[in-house]
Amino acid sequence: MAIFLQVVLDGLLNGMLYALITVGLSLIWGVMDVINFAHGEFLMVAMYVTYWLGFLMNVDPLISWIASAAFVFILSVIVYKLVISPLIGKPPLSALLATFGLSMLIKNICLNRFSPNFKLLSDTYLGGRVIPMGDLILPLPQLVIAIVSLIVITCIYRFMTRSRTGWAIQATAMDRDAAELMGIDTSKIYALVFGIGGACVGIAGGLLPMYMPVHPEAGSLFSLIAFVCVALGGFGSIVGSLLAAILVGLVEALVGFYVAPIFKYVAVFGLYLIVILIRPKGLFGW
Amino acid sequence: MALLEVRNLIKKFGSLVANNDVSFDVEEGAIVGLIGPNGAGKTTLFNCISGVYKPTSGKVFYEGTDITGWPPHKVARLGAVRTFQVVRPLIDMTVFDNILVGAFLKTSKLEVASEIAESCLKMCHLDDHRDKKAGSLTIGLKKRLELARAMATQPRLLMLDEVMAGLTGTELKEAVDVIKDIKSRGITLLVVEHIMEAIMPIADKVVVLDSGVKIAEGPPSEVVQDERVIAAYLGEKFSKRLREMKA
Amino acid sequence: MWYGVLLLIAVLPLIPGPLQSPFAQHVLVLTLLFACMSQAWNILGGYCGQVSFGHSVFFGIGAYGAGMAVVTYGLTPWPGAIIGALLAAIVSLIISYPCFRLKGHYFAIATFAIVEIFNRLFMVWYWVGGALGLDYPIIEEGWKNFMWFQTKTQYYYGAFGLFILIFSFVRWMEANKLGYYLKAVRDGQEAAEALGVNSTAVKLTAIAISAFLAALCGAFFVQYNLRVDPPMVMSLDMSMRFVLITILGGLGTFWGPLLGAAILIPLQEYSRAMWGGLGGGVDLIIFGILIVLIVTRQPKGVMGFINLLTTRFKATKGGDD
Repeated sequence: MAIFLQVVLDGLLNGMLYALITVGLSLIWGVMDVINFAHGEFLMVAMYVTYWLGFLMNVDPLISWIASAAFVFILSVIVYKLVISPLIGKPPLSALLATFGLSMLIKNICLNRFSPNFKLLSDTYLGGRVIPMGDLILPLPQLVIAIVSLIVITCIYRFMTRSRTGWAIQATAMDRDAAELMGIDTSKIYALVFGIGGACVGIAGGLLPMYMPVHPEAGSLFSLIAFVCVALGGFGSIVGSLLAAILVGLVEALVGFYVAPIFKYVAVFGLYLIVILIRPKGLFGW
Repeated sequence: MALLEVRNLIKKFGSLVANNDVSFDVEEGAIVGLIGPNGAGKTTLFNCISGVYKPTSGKVFYEGTDITGWPPHKVARLGAVRTFQVVRPLIDMTVFDNILVGAFLKTSKLEVASEIAESCLKMCHLDDHRDKKAGSLTIGLKKRLELARAMATQPRLLMLDEVMAGLTGTELKEAVDVIKDIKSRGITLLVVEHIMEAIMPIADKVVVLDSGVKIAEGPPSEVVQDERVIAAYLGEKFSKRLREMKA
Repeated sequence: MWYGVLLLIAVLPLIPGPLQSPFAQHVLVLTLLFACMSQAWNILGGYCGQVSFGHSVFFGIGAYGAGMAVVTYGLTPWPGAIIGALLAAIVSLIISYPCFRLKGHYFAIATFAIVEIFNRLFMVWYWVGGALGLDYPIIEEGWKNFMWFQTKTQYYYGAFGLFILIFSFVRWMEANKLGYYLKAVRDGQEAAEALGVNSTAVKLTAIAISAFLAALCGAFFVQYNLRVDPPMVMSLDMSMRFVLITILGGLGTFWGPLLGAAILIPLQEYSRAMWGGLGGGVDLIIFGILIVLIVTRQPKGVMGFINLLTTRFKATKGGDD
């Protein structure tokens, strides 16, 4: 029983990490109908920022994540201006292909500059710390990420539903032309959304080096998982993708432990295929 | 037996009844006009006949075959082919290739299909635009392309959904000529039209829909006298005044 | 044009000079192979408009078909290639049943998921060699075993045969009912249906043919490398390569896949040779930039660029008259 609970706990924590990575993607998809294939590479870039700040200047990830998030926010806005904005209104796959090119570019620049070697920050403040809870072990870095994830998602949700800018974003998502007529600068809105989406994944990437090594391929798998979470959750639904991410985390942990580690992603992707067979627009889509 | 028979057709979208118990016949060789004010359910009825929608209840017979709920491509293969009110050109293909797609319905040979397409191109006066991308045409030309493409399938029943809406005076006259030409080839026509003036002179029979219900059916000259038709088109007030005037 | 290109490809490795080096011949073989593979993808993705990111699965099934015939059963690769190709076609039909109902991004993500599932299943599937993959034994070289150790010339002509098969098919298709129907489904499914086109049947035909030809390319690939393992053939990167080569050259055009491969493959191989084993990723950096530029500036690829130039050329010539 204790083992089962531990597996569920690990799955839950991992699911919260996926949720944090997914929320930005979900926002971008929902508002702009764009899939950012370089999403995982944004994560990886944020991880490198934290790593180098820690390695060269001894800044702990608990602080440097702010710099990582800011860095990816700026990177995202630049990417929006250069790559995404010419593709708004074009067939939706154009943006996917362009960002795939971008992901190759980023990944290989990192490979070229930083080598393919795994880099791990050795003595971070929280690294390796745990809270023992009876038979269960609660790893602190993962817990911090899970809490941050909840906070970020709540903020995004409230921002979208309560603030004027949030309403402008929603209006733009529903009908771009109408929003434009009502005086909303939709190009600015898109840049902002793309930036926020990047900042979210930047926060995740900024905190991850607490327990995860950095390398140029670090983001690739997360990209795919995030795609599955968004599609599973349903078109641009933030709550939907949060629940989907937790589901994915749980399935992955349970299958990984009780069946075999190699099958965990088979189960995750298989789950996605089965769900879309029944509900072509995801669990919470309409 | 009529070529197309619609029997007690009902189509609901949730609680909205778009077509309510509509029945009518389209006789072989005739031009039948399906008219009615905006929102009368003409296009929905069209979609039910051509297989885009499945009717909630009721039947559609083509040459006596029950085709209710058949997919569009099967209906088209039987020889009942439609055009779209909102034109749907195959934008990345040339005008000629668009027509060729239609022509391939009855043959698999490129030479035969090309001949058919060539004649439809001429019939609809699209010769000058043969090699243009369909997406680059004006709306009037796109409507003509819809017609040419449908004709290329060599249908027995051609169903036209507002091919004349939005055309200029000369274009309208051309379109009427083309429709007459089609009839003279022995093809039966079911023509949905919002503009009464365009269809009345050429139709053998008109069916009038209002709010999803058939309110009149008969030769154009009779239908225009029908009070319910006048009411539907001109509003209750005006028709009352008309009645008073007559009295 | 077509016969001219065929002739050029036929004599290319015979031209004395730099093309005679084993490395140049290796580049030529790969270029032809990837042109073939991208053209196979182009049938579904370009002509029929169903952009699949899952084609490495079919490529992989073909590779394993030939590989297992040789390594596991000690046969020649030929029956394996044929069975692999048929199997790929069948698998493609099974997969497409749920996938063709999905639209846009949902379709794309489903095809990603399928690649990942196949990749990981093959990694643990003992019968197909698992993660270690299949290593070819050294057996008699020649056309019977489709295996040569001394020169690459025979491989080149093998790839040329594949090229003729696939490109002739597409050339035939472009001028026939099937080609027109594919494009009609791509440009407007509803309009096509109204003209009597059974769009489901058309899409299924396209994917089955596309998967069959992709698997034949896979079989060639394994014969050329003399080994196969799951990441080599069934990976998202491999899938993307077919997509991006076609887009670089010109989506839905006859020459696009050849042009794309002729640009990308030499770039990839020479930059890898220049910057060392791991390549430092320079080739992929350049490729990434190319893709971003092409998609954002000239979505019709190099073919679009060429068409633009020829129309301009004609226009200026017309002006001189």
